[in-house]
Amino acid sequence: MKDTGAIFQPKFAVVLIVLVTIIFLLPAFGLTFGAPAATMTDQYYIDNSQTETGANNVVAAVVFDFRGFDTLGEATVLFIAVLGVAMIFRRLHK
Amino acid sequence: MTIGLIVRTAGRLIVPFIFIFGFYIVAHGHLTPGGGFQGGAVIATGVALILVCYYYRECMEKFIPVTSFKLVESAGLMLFICTALAGLVVASGFLFNWLNATGGLFGDAVVYGINPGNLYTAGIIPVLNFAIGIEVFGALSAVLMFMFAGLKETTSEEDDAETSLHHMNTGKKGGRK
Repeated sequence: MKDTGAIFQPKFAVVLIVLVTIIFLLPAFGLTFGAPAATMTDQYYIDNSQTETGANNVVAAVVFDFRGFDTLGEATVLFIAVLGVAMIFRRLHK
Repeated sequence: MTIGLIVRTAGRLIVPFIFIFGFYIVAHGHLTPGGGFQGGAVIATGVALILVCYYYRECMEKFIPVTSFKLVESAGLMLFICTALAGLVVASGFLFNWLNATGGLFGDAVVYGINPGNLYTAGIIPVLNFAIGIEVFGALSAVLMFMFAGLKETTSEEDDAETSLHHMNTGKKGGRK
């Protein structure tokens, strides 16, 4: 591994990961939270979730109706996690 | 590895109420705080209590084997996907709320504005809540079962034998399988 050159050293990989993360995080510092930047979507949910989904609970309306794909992905993640646990803790037949 | 009679009896008494409370959280997910994930975790807590109170081997013999929990988990995920796909068949799109305000299952029209809430509203949202609740309950229970299956444990008879042996030998530890 040592002959493969300086570019494959772990130090270089760590520095590269930190640099790329900083570069990707740079636009996040320019965002402003709350009013008046991004209130359109949440105000839409608060106003229209009851009429559009029929649920009194806005959180349930968002989680299971507006963001249903997200919930499906979460359930799939849990399923795959259980698959991993079943694989690690399986009993080997001798 | 044994646990006392008081703890076992108290656990046996408390577990049905934990199950009922988890079912309440799942069923009222579209009205009150909570939902499928939280209620399923509460029900899995009851399973964890059973596993702590009893031996894994006894649980396997008297209650449910671990493959049933894998089946329950798969059934929950399949119910979720089938409900979502039924929206594609019946109405316009995947995950469409096709049961809302149709008068059928969970199909009552919701009263707009601030109201105490009707359990039979919100269309497929309670159905998806139940699906997620079944899936989380099965998943967490299966994880607990798998981790308990990795433990080496003795039966209650072996524990009793070990205790009497322990009293006779005064201090030598052993007998664990």
